[in-house]
Amino acid sequence: MENVIYQFIVGIFISAAASLLGVFAILKRMALVGDALSHVALPGLALAMVFKINPFIGAAAFLAISVIGIWLLEYKSTLSIETLTGVFFTAALALGALLIPELELLEALFGDISKLTAVDVALSVVFSLILIIVLLAIHKKLAIHMVSQEMAHSIGIKSRQLEFIYLMLFALGVALGIKFIGALLMGALIIIPAAAAKNIARGLNEFMILSVLFGVISAIAGVYISDITGHSPGPVFILVGAVIFVASLIWRMFRK
Amino acid sequence: MKESILSVKNLTVKIGKGRIVDDLSFDVEKGDVLAIIGPNGAGKTTLFKALLGIIPYEGEAKWRPGIKIGYVPQRMEIETDIPLTVFEFLKLRESKNFSKERAVEELKKVSLPEGILKAGLGEISVGQRQRILIAWALLGDPDVLLFDEPTADIDVHGQESIYQLLYHLQDKFELTIILISHDLSIVYKYAEKVLCLNHKQICFGLPDEAMKPEQINKLYASERGFYHHNHDEHNHDEHHH
Repeated sequence: MENVIYQFIVGIFISAAASLLGVFAILKRMALVGDALSHVALPGLALAMVFKINPFIGAAAFLAISVIGIWLLEYKSTLSIETLTGVFFTAALALGALLIPELELLEALFGDISKLTAVDVALSVVFSLILIIVLLAIHKKLAIHMVSQEMAHSIGIKSRQLEFIYLMLFALGVALGIKFIGALLMGALIIIPAAAAKNIARGLNEFMILSVLFGVISAIAGVYISDITGHSPGPVFILVGAVIFVASLIWRMFRK
Repeated sequence: MKESILSVKNLTVKIGKGRIVDDLSFDVEKGDVLAIIGPNGAGKTTLFKALLGIIPYEGEAKWRPGIKIGYVPQRMEIETDIPLTVFEFLKLRESKNFSKERAVEELKKVSLPEGILKAGLGEISVGQRQRILIAWALLGDPDVLLFDEPTADIDVHGQESIYQLLYHLQDKFELTIILISHDLSIVYKYAEKVLCLNHKQICFGLPDEAMKPEQINKLYASERGFYHHNHDEHNHDEHHH
């Protein structure tokens, strides 16, 4: 029983944080980055397993290093951030697949929250809250930056720093989600609720609220259904999210 | 002697090995309307970005200290279904004393109805969005407005009234305006000074004095072969005035 409550808490907080990130990923059409970064987390997970440290810490550390790399490269070269993360992604996925023992590979790819400890729960809640608070604090600047970098610059927004903070938050979100949903589906945890919310929302506030709402509903349904059926919650979450997305699409068609 | 707002000396912008903007020197004084003209790809928008400090440059571009610059970009890369209302967009700016009343007041200045606040930023017409961008810039109480004319999507009539609007703003609020234009007749009508740019500075000064047929030919020379139609239009303009 205690474990199911842990699962609900972890699922709700992490999906709230991830779906809020998704709003900005969609605004900037950065959907791919989330996907790519989630795979970059794999070698981090692998190293955490090898050195027997908390997988969240391992993934977060590896992601942070990758983000700094991507961020620096983006300014040194003319390549787009998608291209860069795309390269990091395949390399990291390959490295991760080599390093992670075959038995644990499935868990790393699809997530597993059947054995949560109190420490896992505390880490998830604290870091999810940090992510949400920082993101809300910068969301206005971020939105301006995403609709026009030049206009952002003209009112003194420091685009470089802002992009760095955003990427770091993204990395944090991915590291948080890895345990819940796994590397393979993490991108979907970020994107699906926001994609559904975009079909319905007319304003930015609505967009953010609906995205978080859809994320949390999917997480609750995911944990609940998986608890009954015995499936792992990650794939169930994604399927629930996909159903919400289809519903939002129908809504959108009928509104027009 | 008018107060100097911007002083540019030997400004050069290099991208890779090419000089996109090559050795420009000009001044802008308070209350000026400076039109920057030149063919497509002549470096006009690049010059704006250098003036705004978005891209690195060589030489000097000195703004009067403490000056507030409003920038109206050529376009925004947004989707038509972006979930962002006009009101939210104006609010995002977090300008001092922002309120709904202030937003409505700025909308009035750009001749837009209050009802547009509820519309989505991606749904409104390109012309309306451009006015919203001007209102957005005005929220910051700018001393100078940098206006980058869109190359397409706006009908001639709409564009004419945008210039009337800018002219009116300059007059009423003592704004200094630096604008990029492709339309020579606009320059004759509204600009006090003109800078002809085709990577290098072809001319600078009062429109009637600076824009002799020789300069115009030189300015659009590279386009002539490819855009014969355009060339005819320019000739037409010259005869017209």
